[in-house]
Amino acid sequence: MQFMLLFSRQGKLRLQKWYVPLSDKEKKKITRELVQTVLARKPKMCSFLEWRDLKIVYKRYASLYFCCAIEDQDNELITLEIIHRYVELLDKYFGSVCELDIIFNFEKAYFILDEFLLGGEAQETSKKNVLKAIEQADLLQEVSHVG
Amino acid sequence: MPAVSKGDGMRGLAVFISDIRNCKSKEAEIKRINKELANIRSKFKGDKALDGYSKKKYVCKLLFIFLLGHDIDFGHMEAVNLLSSNKYTEKQIGYLFISVLVNSNSELIRLINNAIKNDLSSRNPTFMCLALHCIANVGSREMAEAFASEIPRILVAGDTMDSVKQSAALCLLRLYKTSPDLVLMGEWTSRVVHLLNDQHMGVVTAAISLITCLSMKNPDEFKTCVSLAVSRLSRIVSSASTDLQDYTYYFVPAPWLSCKLLRLLQCYPPPEDGAVKGRLVECLETILNKAQEPPKSKKVQHSNAKNAILFEAISLIIHYDSEPNLLVRACNQLGQFLQHRETNLRYLALESMCTLASSEFSHEAVKTHIETVINALKTERDVSVRQRAADLLYAMCDRSNAKQIVAEMLSYLETADYSIREEMVLKVAILAEKYAVDYSWYVDTILNLIRIAGDYVSEEVWYRVIQIVINRDDVQGYAAKTVFEALQAPACHENMVKVGGYILGEFGNLIAGDPRSSPLVQFNLLHSKFHLCSVPTRALLLSAYIKFINLFPETKATIQEVLRCDSQIRNSDVELQQRAVEYLKLSSIASTDVLATVLEEMPPFPERESSILAKLKKKKGPGAVSVTELEDSKREGGELNGGGDRGSDTAAMAASNASTPSPSADLLGIRSAAPIGAAPASAGSLLVDVFSEAGPAAPSAAVSDDGFLRDLEQPTETSDSLLVEGSGDSDPKFPVSHRFVCKNNGVLFENQLLQIGIKSEYRQNLGRMYLFFGNKTSVQFASFTTTVSCPGELQSHILLTKPVEPLVEGGAQIQQVLNIECLTDFSEAPLLNIKFRYGGALQNLTLKLPVTINKFFQPTEMASHDFFQRWKQLSQPQQEAQKIFKANHSMDTEVLKAKLLGLGTALLDNVDPNPENYVCAGVIQTKSQQVGCLLRLEPNAQAQMYRLTLRCSKDSVSKRLCELLAEQF
Repeated sequence: MQFMLLFSRQGKLRLQKWYVPLSDKEKKKITRELVQTVLARKPKMCSFLEWRDLKIVYKRYASLYFCCAIEDQDNELITLEIIHRYVELLDKYFGSVCELDIIFNFEKAYFILDEFLLGGEAQETSKKNVLKAIEQADLLQEVSHVG
Repeated sequence: MPAVSKGDGMRGLAVFISDIRNCKSKEAEIKRINKELANIRSKFKGDKALDGYSKKKYVCKLLFIFLLGHDIDFGHMEAVNLLSSNKYTEKQIGYLFISVLVNSNSELIRLINNAIKNDLSSRNPTFMCLALHCIANVGSREMAEAFASEIPRILVAGDTMDSVKQSAALCLLRLYKTSPDLVLMGEWTSRVVHLLNDQHMGVVTAAISLITCLSMKNPDEFKTCVSLAVSRLSRIVSSASTDLQDYTYYFVPAPWLSCKLLRLLQCYPPPEDGAVKGRLVECLETILNKAQEPPKSKKVQHSNAKNAILFEAISLIIHYDSEPNLLVRACNQLGQFLQHRETNLRYLALESMCTLASSEFSHEAVKTHIETVINALKTERDVSVRQRAADLLYAMCDRSNAKQIVAEMLSYLETADYSIREEMVLKVAILAEKYAVDYSWYVDTILNLIRIAGDYVSEEVWYRVIQIVINRDDVQGYAAKTVFEALQAPACHENMVKVGGYILGEFGNLIAGDPRSSPLVQFNLLHSKFHLCSVPTRALLLSAYIKFINLFPETKATIQEVLRCDSQIRNSDVELQQRAVEYLKLSSIASTDVLATVLEEMPPFPERESSILAKLKKKKGPGAVSVTELEDSKREGGELNGGGDRGSDTAAMAASNASTPSPSADLLGIRSAAPIGAAPASAGSLLVDVFSEAGPAAPSAAVSDDGFLRDLEQPTETSDSLLVEGSGDSDPKFPVSHRFVCKNNGVLFENQLLQIGIKSEYRQNLGRMYLFFGNKTSVQFASFTTTVSCPGELQSHILLTKPVEPLVEGGAQIQQVLNIECLTDFSEAPLLNIKFRYGGALQNLTLKLPVTINKFFQPTEMASHDFFQRWKQLSQPQQEAQKIFKANHSMDTEVLKAKLLGLGTALLDNVDPNPENYVCAGVIQTKSQQVGCLLRLEPNAQAQMYRLTLRCSKDSVSKRLCELLAEQF
């Protein structure tokens, strides 16, 4: 995977994760272009599209679009389920996640993503294991905060 | 609001975010942000030392501001400070900031790397993971330099926790992707492969991505992974959905790992070991069987996960392309998906079938779905799905169904989305040309294309139809008649006028017998379009008119009158005015003989690769293609399209222009469609060219390429001139012997002072070359240095092991070793520069090293039917390169055989039905890919000629090998 973007129906970027080195300018350009392209698509359309030399896999959950760019030989369907598993992780962690959770706890959204995907590849696909890692970290926070 | 209990909430941050959200306008938001930035700046600058919590809060605010899309130019130092906090929460925010806002400030990188180093050695798994995540997220070269040797150790150490192993594996993957040269293979690699056996599924899932990437680059070193992957896959595929506990996803056991395993197997050919292969085929069959079972859940996640594995399995089956049974089953499965109610599945099935269509085992099976695909093209509501359907029709097209497919694509064009029209037009044009049995059908098709989608018919397309009409006299009359009829339409596209002008100008006489298309009728028809056309088209029409004067003397008066009127002869456009003046003059002063010579029918175009195909290839990579691809297409552009990227290389330009006229579309071929033997690409004055008759000397130099192999002289004869005194302003003309194409050892260079011998050996994509420098004089060479450089596009990678001794005594010989790695295919040779002082004078010479792409051949033995099967698979026109040339050396069988073997390929006996011919097969190993090559050499002893044909899986390689080899025989 080359990058993952989360954005709202209004086109506001909520999370961006880049797994390839790009300049800030390029990132902004890509984001603008993709948000526009994806938002222009109708609901029943295919979740995959060709874009530059990449494949875009996206899915909408409530008000948020999850959008991944993968390479030619990558598997579209399994990427769709990567998105879903990430949504499940957020949902489990925040308890019925909504866009606001991701806005106010953006750092958590990043931490969870890092446990799940690293360098653009699935690191740990077990929901239990990912959440355990995050909860352990939270526990450390509590402890250090008290201490 | 989310519960604060999730970690420790930062109240200040939440308030700030709320404020931003409440901003009514962009200006208000910017104002609020600027206020916050000022606040944070003053806190950071303030005298009072901030506590960890405040520092973390402010750094987090900065991060939020950055993620909103604003620039942040401070706070990096504070973030770095947080890294060394012993409070996890502060450290974590510090790392996040660094990961998102990498700054190449060297001072900071040193500090960051220090902090990471501490955490990596802390033995605290949580801290280690944080540090590894940071390296994986940043992945910069500086980090690779600092940690590329440390991470493999962590990865394979016995006492490393599973979670740390997972992070380490993917962290190493990221570093390998960014700086492959810094991640050195070693003892750890074999242990990494065995992670495929790890008990922890998460470790396997992470490690396999690393192994896949490493295997692609170093297939041999990792080939033991094949059997491990097969047994792992087999265990997963046969497991019950509950066996794998949390790794089961919606009743599908370990879908991510399964996909990754199948992907890894695609880095290798089918397993040689019968048992392993049997087990794998069993797995693939099970996966295909499962697709037929009723779903265990109605959820889309279940079917997606299951089908993700299925599609990956089909990719593997296609990759192997050796199991007809599986290929046909895959095709049937995809056929079912073509009518599935899920758009996603229809899309993927169309896409995957495209590759199946190119396998000879499944091509026929794919063709049975033609009606469904045509229906998809007509009814799919999503343009991206329709695009896939069009691609598939293109891929499944052959002689048997070309007429139907072309007709369907044409009718689709009438309503097609603008975004895909141009590509559709190119595809129709290519299919029409490729499968044209009768050329009247071809002409009809192209004229229909222009009628339906004239705006999208690029120059290449209409140039091509003209080339074909000119080259085939059986279709010229028909073309003239059809285009004449097409021009009758009240509104016709300008491209139609161009084709009409050109064709009637050349072949209008073929229909002039019919009073309905008499010369004057033809002229009036063309001229009725004149005023609506753009300048280039009008210029073309003027040329057609002068051709008319030659074809039909009875039109002379009418046409001269047209040329003479003010709107022509005083046209404000210089080109039009000049043509009118010149043509008028030409028609009035030249005798009929001169006129007939100057305006003679165009000679046939040389047969070359269709320029349309090149155009399609270029179109395939719009926007951000990767750099190599971009260079590829540029090269193609230069050579096939005559796009003119290389202005300086006029000889090559002229040759390529011959295939494609330049945009100004000139009938006389003075600036453009110059066939071989006509004027070269000088765009000089029209008048001068016309009256100097056929134009100046033909470009007999033809394509003078790099001169590497053309230099046939023995190095000894020319060597003296190489010794240039003084500084290294090196002339690019270096004689390099072609003698080393088929052999590896010998004397590379010799003059009165110096002799250079080489010995080289190659294995796969690696090579080692020993250079022996012999001082032939009795005087010492001082300051003796050698450097190797790879000019231009040369991708081969050369490492000098160690510098040579600076002093070479009289009569002595020194040795140097070069290690060579071929990264990707190349055509230029690396240069060896040698400098030394001989009696006070600086000697400087540069030689091309005889490293050619064929050195990286691995011979491939195959039986006759395999050979022809592969030969057929490589049937795209650009995959083939052919040369017919005169024998330069002995045509003796044994000599030829020795040369072909020396080339590095396998010489195959009993393959070619004609025993006089030679066929060879081999695989060129480069680091980035393997290129399969087939060669056929057909000697004609009587004529002392050869025909050499190369077919390779990569176009540039066919070409290069053909050039190299043509000089050898």
